[in-house]
Order: sequence, then structure tokens, then C-alpha cells
Amino acid sequence: MSWWHRFWRSKQMEEQLEKELRFHIDQHASDLIAHGLTPADARRRARLDLGGPEQVKEQCRDARGTRWLEDFWQDLRYALRTLRKAPGFAAVALLTLALGIGATTVMFTVIDGVLLKPLPYPAPDRLVAVHGHTATWNTALYGEQNLAYYDFLDCRRASSSLDLAGRVYDAGMISEPGQPEHVEEYQISANMFSVLGVPLFRGRQFLADEDKPGGAPVAILSYALWQRRFAGSSATLGMAVVLDGARYTVVGITPPGFRPEDADIDVYKPMGQNTAPYMQNRGPHPVGAIGRLRPGASLTQAQAELAAIGHRLAQEYPKTNAERGFVAETLRPDVGDVSSTLWLLLGMVGMVLLIACANIASLLLARAVSRERELAMRVALGAGRGRLTRQCLTESAVLGLSGGVLGVALAAVGLRPFLTFWPGMLPRAGEVGLDWRVLLFAIGVSLLSGALFGLAPALRVPARELEQTLRAGARSVVGGSRRLHSIFVIVEIALAVVLLVSAGMLGRTMLQLSTLNPGVNIQNVLTARMALSPGTLADPAKIRVAWRDALDGARRVPGVQAVTMVDTVPMRQGNNQIGYWTTPVKPAANQQPITLASCVTPDYLKVMGIPLRRGRFFNDQDRLGNESVVVIDDVMARQAFGEADPIGRHIWIDMGSDPATVVGVVGHVRHWGLAGDDQAKVRAQLYYPFAQVPDGLLRRWSELMSIAVRTGIAPLNVVEPLRRELRGSGNDQVLYEVRTMEQLASDSLARQRFLLLLFGVFAGLALLLACIGIYGVLAYLTGQRVPEIGVRMALGASAGDVLWLVLRQSLGMISLGVAAGVAAAWEAGRLLERLVQGMQPAEPLTFAIMLPVLVGAALLASFVPARRASRIQPMLALRQE
Amino acid sequence: MNAKSDLPQGTLDLLILKVAALGPVHGYAIAQRLQQVSRDVVQTPQGSLYPALHRLENRGLLAADWKETETGREAKFYRLTRKGKAQLEKETASWLRLTEAVGLILEMSEGGAE
Repeated sequence: MSWWHRFWRSKQMEEQLEKELRFHIDQHASDLIAHGLTPADARRRARLDLGGPEQVKEQCRDARGTRWLEDFWQDLRYALRTLRKAPGFAAVALLTLALGIGATTVMFTVIDGVLLKPLPYPAPDRLVAVHGHTATWNTALYGEQNLAYYDFLDCRRASSSLDLAGRVYDAGMISEPGQPEHVEEYQISANMFSVLGVPLFRGRQFLADEDKPGGAPVAILSYALWQRRFAGSSATLGMAVVLDGARYTVVGITPPGFRPEDADIDVYKPMGQNTAPYMQNRGPHPVGAIGRLRPGASLTQAQAELAAIGHRLAQEYPKTNAERGFVAETLRPDVGDVSSTLWLLLGMVGMVLLIACANIASLLLARAVSRERELAMRVALGAGRGRLTRQCLTESAVLGLSGGVLGVALAAVGLRPFLTFWPGMLPRAGEVGLDWRVLLFAIGVSLLSGALFGLAPALRVPARELEQTLRAGARSVVGGSRRLHSIFVIVEIALAVVLLVSAGMLGRTMLQLSTLNPGVNIQNVLTARMALSPGTLADPAKIRVAWRDALDGARRVPGVQAVTMVDTVPMRQGNNQIGYWTTPVKPAANQQPITLASCVTPDYLKVMGIPLRRGRFFNDQDRLGNESVVVIDDVMARQAFGEADPIGRHIWIDMGSDPATVVGVVGHVRHWGLAGDDQAKVRAQLYYPFAQVPDGLLRRWSELMSIAVRTGIAPLNVVEPLRRELRGSGNDQVLYEVRTMEQLASDSLARQRFLLLLFGVFAGLALLLACIGIYGVLAYLTGQRVPEIGVRMALGASAGDVLWLVLRQSLGMISLGVAAGVAAAWEAGRLLERLVQGMQPAEPLTFAIMLPVLVGAALLASFVPARRASRIQPMLALRQE
Repeated sequence: MNAKSDLPQGTLDLLILKVAALGPVHGYAIAQRLQQVSRDVVQTPQGSLYPALHRLENRGLLAADWKETETGREAKFYRLTRKGKAQLEKETASWLRLTEAVGLILEMSEGGAE
């Protein structure tokens, strides 16, 4: 019988033990009777010889090996009983714990899903990312370097340790069947899905023959697109779809939730069929490459191999590859900059949990002190000290775990709303979910909390001087416990100060940021990306006509005042950072100053409301064939020319060989958002006219273009008319990513607002908990001092004196807590400054506003017990003793 | 009673195993048997018999069944398991080695160590 078996059948075991011993005594007695004893004497002798049935039983129970479990069971029931007896305490403790643990669990779940979990592919540690490497490449600015298509093919052919797959990002339009719609595309090598280890949901991946120029036109659709446009019909496989004007046969559907590189890709096409010029030489590098280590191969081997391939290619193609190498590193999810925010939030909810623990600890301690006499009695009666300590800890563990169960339930309910509430897209959001790791964490946190608030009371189990404790009665408060109580209150107040000041700093930051001038007039501006009809894209002349028609059409829409084209809309995702120089000698790529280039049409300033500082903006004369012109913002003017007048000066950029002439200076626009712009690495801005984009680049540029309109009416009201007007003659031009500038400006503060809200809520909660803590501790301590206060009053102390006596005690705790809290908050402020974009530094004003709130609330909480103490009837109090 | 010596530590288990090796037997009979076999020399504390039985059962050296005795009452009969048998052989051997060694030392004549 295994031990749990024995435990579950302990009742039966008890009965059998009883029966066995009874049999022994009966047998012994009857033998003794046979020897001539009287039945009564015989029974007595038999019992004595056995040595007391109860003691034997106890020893047998010990021998059973389930003693600890039985004790635990007993303690558990005892703990539940005591909790039931104090429902108020249990409710407050459980609620605060559930909140603390729930919030901590939600944050851990998010951190686990976003930062800690490996990629959702089989054997993720065998996946590597392969990058190009040149000494002059600015990784901090541009990210990792992709590969040229031919380089990719050479690496794939020559590598024996890696199974390489590649993809080229693209975007396009699906126009049949159904309404035309913008789609995000990946052109992938045939083996992409097998390298990732992801089986297709339906159909098959591309064949090697299809991954070549002239291969059969085939496409794989994403599960989401398949559901959206084809209602998940199984007839979709083999069906033809029209992508960018060409017909493709659907051969596969990706599994649901498959999001390579955390992007919502709608359509996959074979990479080898792309015969665009940028795929035909080693200059541009459009291919993002990943690989899977072949069985037995190590990352070091793959790296050495790639280095050798790079070396060989450098010799073979010195013009393009002279300084280019290839590097491999373990593939990691790219989660951008969310990690600091996430850890910040975990720290914050961790503090709330700590406050909750301190609160419960002081409440438990109060009970433990009043139970001191009971415990001393039990020690005197023979209970082991360890056993009693264990009992106390079991009690707090039960409390902790119950709080944990409630907390996990809260987390399960609150997780999805939290994720939806997250500003913008949380990377890897699809991988965030409650799982065994989270449960383990929650259990750990619950037990830790239990230990945290259970230890102080548990250590109070009396060991010595039992007699004194027993004689003193329950009404004495030993100095040590009073000090412990104060420490809990001080910690609570200090933590509350940190949260309050942080919330205050965030609030001030939000105020400051939202009054910043974004540099554009954000009212009544609508922006949308626009895809031209695929039919026009082949011919640059057609493209120019199509855009001119689109602008004319948009101008005709009622309510529209001005129209412009722009590729990078301020405060929206996406920018074009290019190097520039101001003398004919081109500096090395990583020596060039960087500017944000925007391609616009003449009405851009009018639509965006950007002020012209000097010179002129573009006009219709600025087109190909005339002098190349650019307009710069005042930041770039200062950066490039200092105090000198920039008008008429030349600027070289990488687009053409001829320099462009600066014809105007405009105001700076907070392109990186209200919060982010001041700290942005690249702030200089340069505008060039769309009409001067060379024919060769026109197609690519067109794919990136947006249209922006200034309206005289609410901008969202022109969306539908605009859509209709811009459909084009083929009914296949679409608007997507439709936003007003007001939305974009507000979104640029979304994370700060989100943090402010959470910090505000939790700081409020912390304040409330700290007040409950102060109230509880003071009420308890004052209650213990009733006889003393009675004596004082009998000796002539006034009600005011008593009030002051109690308030002084709480003031002492509050001021210590505030002092510790201010020091900690100062550090926390510095951390926030580092982690939150646009954060205003901590300054005395924030403290000056937040501290009185806390001190006031804390004094209010202590006023109730103080007043109660001042109304004590001296005679009653003394009789109580 | 005082003339009887106490049972050396750990030997009670060995004796119980030895008695149980002779066939299924209940607790009272074990106590009787131990007393008879040891000719009243060894004091078997009945109080420690049952904890020892339960411990041995717990360790899988003994197994127990409820059976009727010849007088028609139900009693818990203990028998040796395979594991118990191995343990008995091992312990017997080591006990014999020990007593032999102790005997040798005790029989040494005074000054025999020279």
C-alpha cells in the first residue's frame, strides 16, 4: 500500500489498529484467566503489559509513515476553521492577496509570452538568423543587414551545416475574387515552411520547380485571409486568385496563428519567380534569411562556413562583395522596446503585492500576539515548538494559496482585456496565455507571499519564559512586536510613496507631452495609404498620370480643402532614413549624417499646417528635368549649415548623383511622436518633390505612398466619398490604414497614457492598502494599551493628550515611511526617466503634491483609533485589567 | 523481571522477521513465541512490538491479512515477504558475524593483546 493510499484509508487503518490491539488484549487476558486470575485483574494486567493502548497506537501511527500528512491535514483544517471564524479578516486578506497575485500573474504571463518563451517552432534553438555584415553598416539605425538574392543562393548551395530559407517582404493587392484589398506578402523560398518546421494547414508548400523564374504561378494564403475572403471553404485549394494583376493558383493555407516575424502576412509567393532588377544583382540586399542547423552541425560550424563563403564571394565579386561577410546567430524573436515597459509594470505590481503582504503580516501578527497565551499553554501541555511553528506557517500558506487561486482566476479573466488594452500591437501577443509555467509562477508567488507574511507571527511561538507569558495574560504588548508592527507600516508607506510619486511623475509627463506642439496642425487631417491599380505600375508615365488623377479626384470630394501625397506620415510607423552630405566628396556610409526623407507634393505644407520659415516650398515647376530641389526643416538647417543661410546651398543624397538645391526651410515636425521625438536618434528632416523621383524608382515609391487631405468637416466623414472617388477606372485602387492625424498624435502617447492609468490605479490601491494597514495596526496597538491609557486618564491626562499620544505614534511611523519612500521614489524616478520615452525628471513639485495626499490619508486612518482611545472611560479600562 | 536483560537496539525487528518466517502469525502469538523461545531471558516490550510490526509492514518486509484464528476470532496475520526474507538472511548473517567478533574479544585472556 502506498502512503497516499494509507492516508486516504486512514479511517479504516484506525479501525484495524483498534481491532488488532483489542485482539491482543483479549487473548492475553484469556490466557491469564486460564492461569487463575480474575477476569478484571486479567484485563488490567493485559493492558499494563501492552503499555497503554493509546500510546501504542500513537507509535503505530508514527510507524505508518503518513504522520506528516495527517498533521498537515489537521493543520489545514485548523487553518480553515480559524479563517472561517474571522470572516472579515479573511475577506480583506484574500481580496488584497488576490489582487496582488492576480496582477503579478498577469504581468508575468505577458512577460513569459513576449520575452521568455522560445519561438513557437519545433526545436527553436536549432534555428539561426543569417545576416550580411559590412564594416560601414549602421546596425543601430537600420537593423540587421539582409542578403542579396544571389548571395543567398550561393550561401544556400555552399552551406553543408545549414538548411537556409529566405523571404522578401512585399505588399500588393488581391483583386479577384471579390473586392480589391491590400495584402501583405512574403515571397519565400520553397523550403521556408519545412525549415521552420511548420506544417501547412491545407495543401502543400512550394515545390523547388516553382521557386524559379518562369515557374508555375502558385500562392499560399494565410489562414486569416482564407477565413476572411473565402470563409474557410475547402474549394479554395486549386482556385485562382488575382494578385497584383496576375493570376495565381492557391496551393496551400497556413496554420491558424502562424505569424512569421510577428507580422500579419496574407499571401506567400515563390521568391524565385521574382525577376525584378533588385533580385538580379548583388548590390541591393532584400532577402531576410533564416536557417536550421542540420543534424549534428553546430552554430560555430555554420558561422565558420558562412565566413568562408563570404570570403570566397568577396574575391569573386569584389565590386559588390569586397567587404561583405555573412554572420549567423541563434534566431530570437524581435520584440522591440516593450521589455522595459513590461518589467516596469511587473515591478509596480510586485510592489503592490509587497504592500498587501505587509498588510496581512501585520494583521496576522496582531492575532498571533493575542494568541500568545494560547500558544504558551499548548507548549506547556507538551506541543513541540516546531509543530506549532509549522501550524502557523500552514495557516499562512493556506491563506497565500487561497489568495493565489483567486488571483489566478482574476488573471485568467483579466488577461485578455489587458492585452486588448495594450496600446498598439503587443509583439507576440498571440503567444501570451496561461500555461503550466504561469501556474508554477503563481504557486511560487503565493507560497512566497505566505512565507513572507507568515514568518513573523510563526516565529513568535513562545519557547522560554512560558510561565511569564501565561501569567502576564494576553493584554501585554512586548516591545519587539510593537517594533515589528511599525516596520510593516513603514514599509507599506514607503512603497505607497514610490507608487504615488511615480504616478505623479507620469501624470506630469502626460500633461507636459500633450501640450507639446507636434509641428503639424493635427485637426481635420485624414491620411491613408493608397495602392494604385496594378495595371499602371509597369509604366512610369502611367504611374504619374494615375497619381495626378487621384489627387484631382480627392480634391473634388466635398469637404476636402487640400490634398497631398506623402510617403512617411508624421507620427505613423514608417520612415525613410538616408545619409546626406554637403560637399561633393562622399563620406563613408557610417560617417554620413542621417536625415528623415519624405517624398511629398506641393500642397504638403498646406495639408499638414507646417510653417514655412524661409525660402519657398515646392511648386509644379519642380519636376524631372528642372533643377533638383529639396526643403529641409530647421533642425537639419542647423545640423548641416549651422547659423549660415541654407537657401541655395547644395545637399547630396544617395538617390541621384547630382546634388539638390535647398530652396526652403520649414518648421520641425515631431515625426517620432509627441513623446519620442526629443530623444530620437535622427531628427533632421528633408523633403523632396514626388515629381522629381526618377522613373526607375517610381514603382517602388508608389507602393509606399499615402494620401493626406485637409478637410473643412470632420475628417472621418470624407473617408467613404474619398474611397469611392479614388477607386479608379478599373475599380481596383484601394485605401488602407486610414487614420486622422489626431488619432496618430494620440496614439503616439498611448504607452505613456497606459502606464499613467495603471500606475494611477495601482498607486490608489497602494494608498488604500497602506491606510488599511495603518488603521489596523493602530487600532490593535491602541486596543492593547487600553489599561495604560486608563491609568493615564485616571492620573489626569485629557482626551486631547490621549489623542496626541496615539497620533504621535502613527506620525512617527508615517514620517519614517515617507523618508524611506522619498529616497526610494527618487531612484524609481530615475529608472522611469530611463525607461519611458519623454519622461519628465522627478522634481520637488511632484513630491510636494503627492506626499500631502499620503500623509493626509494616513493621518485620517489613524484618527479613528486615536479618537476611540481618547473616549476611553478610565474606570472601565482599569476594571478590565 | 529485573533479571531479564533489555533487547539490544534493532534486534527486535530481526526476531520478529525470524518468527514470521515460520508461517503466518498474529501479533499476540509473536509476543508469546518470542517470550517462550527466549526462555524468559529477553524482555520483549509488548508496547514496542506493534509499532515494530507496522514499521516492517510499511517497509514491505512483512505483509498482513485478516484471517480467522482457531478460536473463530478475526486476527491480523503477518507473513514474511520475499523482500523480508532477503532482509532476514542479511541481518542474520551480520548478527552472527557481530556476535562472533564480540565473543572473540570477550574470550581473549587478559594480557592476550601482547
